[in-house]
Amino acid sequence: MAFAHKHITSTKVLSRADIDLILNTAQSFKEINQRDIKKVPTLRGKTIVNLFYENSTRTRTSFELAGKRMSADTINISASSSSVSKGETLEDTAKNIEAMDADVIVMRHPASGAPDYLANRLRRCSVINAGDGAHEHPSQSLLDLMTIKEHKGSLEGLTVAIIGDIARSRVARSNLYALKTMGATVRLAGPSTMLPPGLEELGAEVYSDINAAIRDADVVMMLRIQLEREGGSKLLPTKREYAQFFALNPENMKLAKPDAIVMHPGPLNRGVEISSYVADGNQNVILEQVENGVAVRMALLYLLAGGSDND
Amino acid sequence: MTATCTTLLDNEAIRRAITRISHQLLEKNKGCDNMVLVGIRTGGDHIARMIQQKIAEIEQVEVPIGAVDVTMYRDDVGSTRDPRPVGKTEIPFKLDSRNVVLVDEVLYTGRTIRAAMDAIMDIGRPASIQLAVLIDRGHRELPIRADYVGRNVPTSTFEQIEVEFDPNEEAHEVRLLKP
Repeated sequence: MAFAHKHITSTKVLSRADIDLILNTAQSFKEINQRDIKKVPTLRGKTIVNLFYENSTRTRTSFELAGKRMSADTINISASSSSVSKGETLEDTAKNIEAMDADVIVMRHPASGAPDYLANRLRRCSVINAGDGAHEHPSQSLLDLMTIKEHKGSLEGLTVAIIGDIARSRVARSNLYALKTMGATVRLAGPSTMLPPGLEELGAEVYSDINAAIRDADVVMMLRIQLEREGGSKLLPTKREYAQFFALNPENMKLAKPDAIVMHPGPLNRGVEISSYVADGNQNVILEQVENGVAVRMALLYLLAGGSDND
Repeated sequence: MTATCTTLLDNEAIRRAITRISHQLLEKNKGCDNMVLVGIRTGGDHIARMIQQKIAEIEQVEVPIGAVDVTMYRDDVGSTRDPRPVGKTEIPFKLDSRNVVLVDEVLYTGRTIRAAMDAIMDIGRPASIQLAVLIDRGHRELPIRADYVGRNVPTSTFEQIEVEFDPNEEAHEVRLLKP
């Protein structure tokens, strides 16, 4: 088995074999999370630092649990309570963490490319991107793929509709690359203010009509409207108008294949991008995504920290 | 330097060994009421399946069967350049208070068995753990012994033992490879 990556900052560079390996490894780790005693000794003595410059519930908890369930020591640093607030640069912070012999830094940062910037500057530590600006969120994409695969058996030939704020969505971008690699068709849809130019060149089908995007889809993935980022540039007039034209509801969901699944990376804006009726309906797999998230992150940590230091 | 290859057990001999192990298991445990089989991946799970079928023939009882992958419990995680592939552990029943029979194809250093026992103990608290192996080739590095052995084969550490499985996942030949 060769996993040739020292860092996971993007799904763009992952091959089909890489993704298969990650998903199979995650399937093997998933069983641990269903045990009474959720702990294996695999990563004893390894240190994983969660360095979060943005808020997060799911991703940070998920990485922390993943590390702890494999017996690694996990430490959380949030920017607001660290020396970042005293003006320390990202690179200095990371190098100090590395000097304390951490093995993996899991980083979320508002600036696109920040994890790659670090990956190029650290000597020993692996970097996992837990979301950088509007760029990528690879572990979210991999848990989405795992969930889709569990329901559909394979990713090849599926049609996946991703709907919402495409412009600012790192989830959409990571999923687009990974799903294309695995042979799925990706449709991206949203209001035209939220559809950046050039998506077709990345291999996506682009729709500004949600109904057309949903029609005959195997998977409908709704994205969160990022209300906290609305301050900078307003991309939508009102939440109510958005809900009227771009929310997933029981009516437009009927256009998808009868066995289609509904996904959402969370946190949900109920009544904005998704109606509660669909979010809680029997086609939703939203909490399965969260469950698989822990397994996928265990797999990523194992694949990065479970071999010898080869440098 | 040509490698030589000797057949240690052929199809018939494997069948007889499995039959004997199955009878010994039933005798020692006075039936199979509380017994479960757990095969060690990969290989041991197939041997466990063969024992399960043999016991079904003898007693008309289907003994629960599971499989354990010990990669996560190995004492040498991190010693290979690439992390080892992790297989699935599938034990679809409670282990508490059961007599667990661990099954492996070849017993060698005993390190795999140590890892498997740790894995079992993390999942439940069995009444007992017993060990059945098709081949015991010696060279133990830990105080571990098998309760049921298909064939004892004295080997040197340079030699290799290969168990070949047919497409139905039944062992049909055991070979000794000398360098």
